[in-house]
Amino acid sequence: MGQRIVIDPVTRIEGHAKISIHLDEAGNVAETRFHVTEFRGFERFCIGRPFWEMPGITARICGICPVSHLLASARAGDGLLAVLIPPAAEKLRRLMNLGQIIQSHALSFFHLSGPDLMLGFDSDPVQRNVFGLIAADPNLARNGIRLRQFGQEVIELLGGRKIHPAWAVPGGVRNGLSVSGRDQIRAKLPEMLAIALDAIGRLKQLTERYQREIETFGVFPSLYLGMVGPGGRWMHYGGKLRVIDHTGKMLIDELDPIDYRDVIGEAVEPWSYLKFPYIRALGYPGGMYRVGPLARINVCSTMGAPRADTELRELREQAGPVIEGSFYYHHARLIEIIAALERMEMLIEDDDLLSNELRADAGVNRREAVGVSEAPRGTLFHHYKVDDKGLITDVNLIIATGQNNLAINHTIGQIAQSYIRNGQFDEGILNRIEAGVRAYDPCLSCSTHAVGQMAMEVELYDAQGRLLDRVSR
Amino acid sequence: MAAKTLTIDGHLVSARPGETLLAAIRDAGITIPTLCHLDGLSEVGACRLCLVEIEGQRRLQPACMTMVSEGMVVHTNTPRLQSYRRQIIELLFAERNHVCAVCVASGNCELQRLAGMVGMDHVRYEYLSPNYPVDISHPRFGIDHNRCVLCTRCVRACDEIEGVHTWDVAGRGVNAHVITDLNQPWGTSTTCTSCGKCQLACPTGAIFPRGVTVGERPHASERIALIVEARKQRW
Repeated sequence: MGQRIVIDPVTRIEGHAKISIHLDEAGNVAETRFHVTEFRGFERFCIGRPFWEMPGITARICGICPVSHLLASARAGDGLLAVLIPPAAEKLRRLMNLGQIIQSHALSFFHLSGPDLMLGFDSDPVQRNVFGLIAADPNLARNGIRLRQFGQEVIELLGGRKIHPAWAVPGGVRNGLSVSGRDQIRAKLPEMLAIALDAIGRLKQLTERYQREIETFGVFPSLYLGMVGPGGRWMHYGGKLRVIDHTGKMLIDELDPIDYRDVIGEAVEPWSYLKFPYIRALGYPGGMYRVGPLARINVCSTMGAPRADTELRELREQAGPVIEGSFYYHHARLIEIIAALERMEMLIEDDDLLSNELRADAGVNRREAVGVSEAPRGTLFHHYKVDDKGLITDVNLIIATGQNNLAINHTIGQIAQSYIRNGQFDEGILNRIEAGVRAYDPCLSCSTHAVGQMAMEVELYDAQGRLLDRVSR
Repeated sequence: MAAKTLTIDGHLVSARPGETLLAAIRDAGITIPTLCHLDGLSEVGACRLCLVEIEGQRRLQPACMTMVSEGMVVHTNTPRLQSYRRQIIELLFAERNHVCAVCVASGNCELQRLAGMVGMDHVRYEYLSPNYPVDISHPRFGIDHNRCVLCTRCVRACDEIEGVHTWDVAGRGVNAHVITDLNQPWGTSTTCTSCGKCQLACPTGAIFPRGVTVGERPHASERIALIVEARKQRW
């Protein structure tokens, strides 16, 4: 007599999803699934729009990381114009993306995962949220809120608003940075760096307490995909792509984003709205890969920022040259916040940032282009085709969470198998399974942008857990 | 000729003979919503937003098409009028695809401003969600029929000021839409002088400069009246 456990909704993630766990007769885990239950449709309804509107439209995919879509889309637009954008615009886009990485990572670490990490996976679920964290550790919570606020302010100083700024456009950006804006950012950087360094210190202290979680949260070989800059430096905008395997062997390097389809395939399953991308060379599902903070710190040779590099070296000594466990996504996120703040320190002194030459003007000079940015959650692809006038004829978006889909499913299975034995489980165990998902900081609003593969499956179980009926379309 | 005296919303107002009620209402400092009206162009009375109640008349009258007369008692903002105006705006939103969040005219749009003015917090009618094409075949401008409210300001500006009549309206009722020349892509029009007055006159983001992004289309409809005024002085 099998049993089915459903966690619905999965909490403290961006978007809507459920998890189902099927137990065998002995009460052990037979199968787990991470179902994404949202449906959007951006790839369809963008068709027919002038491509100049695409950054504004696609930024609306997400309220957490609109900047990632804005930048990937604007970059695809640059490609359609076939222009090299002004240096100031390139640097300002980088600056905004750093702000975005900081604010989104702060949200994930402090607001969403902080309650698990600081209060404990088995702590009272009533308190295990950001309000509980504020009550238990007001200083840490305040730091997290301030760090996120700083990232949002950088976005606002450039784009005029914190959420959905329609700022990056094909050919460049719409506004520059004011002197007072630059001074405001510069003045706050030391405090923010202190907050980030304090947070990673706190996380490192928890290593012993969460040894079992570290060993069971998504520890399995997979590939890692991320962007790197010249010399293999950590990069979030304007670099080339690199794929490594779990031994650190470089499978693909210097990949121009325009050629992504040669490398990445996309599979569809009937039980989720999310597509399942994989690395073609290894097939489906063997070509499972991970993206995001952990992947980026795995694929890069150096963070290109001294304090972040110190932290990365320390983590690699502890967890190996290729860091495998999904629990380490939290560490990776904090290392990236530090790196982002350090890069900002360097960038902010560049006088180009104050330039008024911000936007290249051109007509449609290419019919197809791909724009890539590193979103906080991983590599984001925007692929557009246009007609001779510039109206969109085809859109393909590959979102970070989609690329982590296989790994998230695998992680859930691993946690469930190691904690659920003989049908015995409690709330703390189910929370660990959710936390395994949370480690990837999935954004399901982003990842279910597609249309055309309507995946829907309804399963009917009786009280004994027997499958009575199944409807799929 | 003697001035006409009338009562508007309880205030005694004097107006020039031959003046429209809309002009008299505005001279009196009273705000009344309009959409198809544009200073400098002829009136068509199409949008019905400036409807007013005139005592002694059963039917509502559009202020832009009604001439002032002696002793008129006019009400411009009764609950009945407020309700109709909101319905009109809601119907305009339901008829095409007005998505302010990603529109080139957001923040500079008369339809958006009117929706705020009449207190539209949601639309009670089912959206028709038509699938109109965008025409960006013209080298400088584009027309997105999804955002057109059929005010015909572009048609009148093109005909009455530029004098070429590139724009017109084809179809009837819900199928009506503005066209260029003989219903052909704008870029192939042989009459269009690329003057851009249609774009100046457009109250929404329907006609826009090519290449603009969200909220970038400026609103400059008042320049139509300036052009008309400037020509009067010269000729």
